[in-house]
Amino acid sequence: MSVTAIGEYPVMVRDGVEQFHGNQMVIIGWDKHLMISSPMAYPLPPEMPFEAFVNEIMPISFSAHPDWKQIKWDDVQWSLDGESFTPDMRASLKDNGIGHKSVIRFQTPGLNGISGSGS
Amino acid sequence: MAKKLNMRERYKLMTRLGWETTYQPMDRVFPYDKYEGIKVRDWDAWEDPFRMTMDAYWKYQGEKEKKLYAIMDAFAQNNGQLNVTDGRYLNALKLFLQGVSPLEYQAHRGFARQGRHLGGDGARVACQMQSIDELRHVQTQVHTMSHYNKYFDGFHEFPLWHDRVWYLSVPKSFFDDANTCGPFEFMIAIGFLFEYVLTNLLFVPFMSGAAYNGDMSTVTFGFSAQSDEARHLTLGLQAIKFMLEQHEDNLPIVQRWMDKWLWRGYKVLSLVGAMQDYMLPESPMSWKEAWEIYFEQNGGALFNDLARYGIKVPDYAAICAKEKDHISHQVWGILYNHTNAAAMHTWVPDQKKMDWLSAKYPDTFDKYYRPRYEYWKEQEEKGNRYYSQALPCICQTCQIPMGFTEPDDPTQVAYRSCEYKGDKYHFCSDPCKKIFEDEPEKYVHAWLPPQQIFQGNCGGEGLDNVLKYYHFNDGADNMEYVGSPDEKRWKEWKGLNPDEGIDTEAKAS
Repeated sequence: MSVTAIGEYPVMVRDGVEQFHGNQMVIIGWDKHLMISSPMAYPLPPEMPFEAFVNEIMPISFSAHPDWKQIKWDDVQWSLDGESFTPDMRASLKDNGIGHKSVIRFQTPGLNGISGSGS
Repeated sequence: MAKKLNMRERYKLMTRLGWETTYQPMDRVFPYDKYEGIKVRDWDAWEDPFRMTMDAYWKYQGEKEKKLYAIMDAFAQNNGQLNVTDGRYLNALKLFLQGVSPLEYQAHRGFARQGRHLGGDGARVACQMQSIDELRHVQTQVHTMSHYNKYFDGFHEFPLWHDRVWYLSVPKSFFDDANTCGPFEFMIAIGFLFEYVLTNLLFVPFMSGAAYNGDMSTVTFGFSAQSDEARHLTLGLQAIKFMLEQHEDNLPIVQRWMDKWLWRGYKVLSLVGAMQDYMLPESPMSWKEAWEIYFEQNGGALFNDLARYGIKVPDYAAICAKEKDHISHQVWGILYNHTNAAAMHTWVPDQKKMDWLSAKYPDTFDKYYRPRYEYWKEQEEKGNRYYSQALPCICQTCQIPMGFTEPDDPTQVAYRSCEYKGDKYHFCSDPCKKIFEDEPEKYVHAWLPPQQIFQGNCGGEGLDNVLKYYHFNDGADNMEYVGSPDEKRWKEWKGLNPDEGIDTEAKAS
């Protein structure tokens, strides 16, 4: 469907990737850990290695959670833009198929928040 | 001598002031009258919702103002701010001044616009009066709050905050959307849905919250606004009935607007839900109770009345029913996470409040929300009060951080997405996604705070620069309530022990 207007309605995208000074926006959420109230967003270079994303970016939001230190990284399940995903740690975000405003979700089986409440 | 007019004739002469234009065609004088597809056979069928001429209007409004300002003066002279239940209560007023009062101003502008562009003169006059009412409301609210601004943080730059601060883009974008609609959609969105169907869900929590917490100034504003609101209800109801009665082709358009705007209004009101469940030391009513009374019961009766025109309750009412046990807690969680960047304080609820929440939300509070508060309390006591160090992903439509969960799984964030012209867009729910998909050209214009901050449009990189752009007094307007300057001053004024927390005070009394 389309907006009803009296004339031509200009399409002005306010957050296209070209407006981010070389970065792209990446969204990351930890399922069942709602103490961190929503998925978080970061402006990141597309060339950033996925390993650096895990070791330097993810802790910014998630290390405050008591479950963080108990994560068994080999058991983590990932999804990218709604599809199951196995990241290549050494490859860049871009080469992993992570684009502007991509959503990454991760699940940590057995770790389901404060007292298993999902928080 | 000319015969004296009777009341009916006098009223008609003073309010039916329109004419068929001859210098320019009517379609040029009223350029927004047709494009929305709403068909009007006869504007003469418009029945004035309230029969008031301007002389009566000014007289009644003037009387209300005299009374109201006399009470505000007395409140100020008697240091009424000392009579509220607790310093925490003021955060409800901060949310009001920052989030609601600017919407009164937007409503003033919106009704002024419809007071020019609607084809019928009766409708135009009613909108003009409502426009002045809304301006009155913003002014009286600012006067009410200006007294509190002398004593508490978080009030001082509310207009700039409304334009710039991340969580205020929620109410701002709601009204920017309404004010960029055509006149008929505006009348449904604001006149009917916001001012009639949803009004009690905004008004009652704040006003009864004020009454229960010793805030006589806000209570007085509430009483003073009530008769204005009565006129607004009747205008909204007349607008929808007129549209539905004028032509059967209007029904699908009105239904679409109903579906869009009930949801948009509902999402904005989730902020009020968090306020009434968490910010009021004495809480008259939970969000869940308010939803049940004001929407499920009263709204239900209204929809039964409109059913004869073919209007249906939107399908997502079932989602709202499931969410009523959750959204206030989820929004409080969002505010708690990000209070380092908000012009209000948040805190972990005390034992008394947690027991109240348990009782009001027997199926959900202890299971899903108490555990996080207990953990946060522990951390606070260790000196590790948790604040988010990153920005949230927010919904493209309602602009709230995506902290809402699947209707059938409150431990799972609801993720919805779509693509438009090669870019991805994210939503907190199916109804928000549908609103985008129906008018994508409009919603890609959204000024989303996290994206704008990342682009460097909000003062530069880093929280410090953003807070400067926000004109926050860092450490005073924002952060945890416990240890704030607001709390220190409150304890001094009330002679409370500065070292005791609210739970120890409760035990001592």
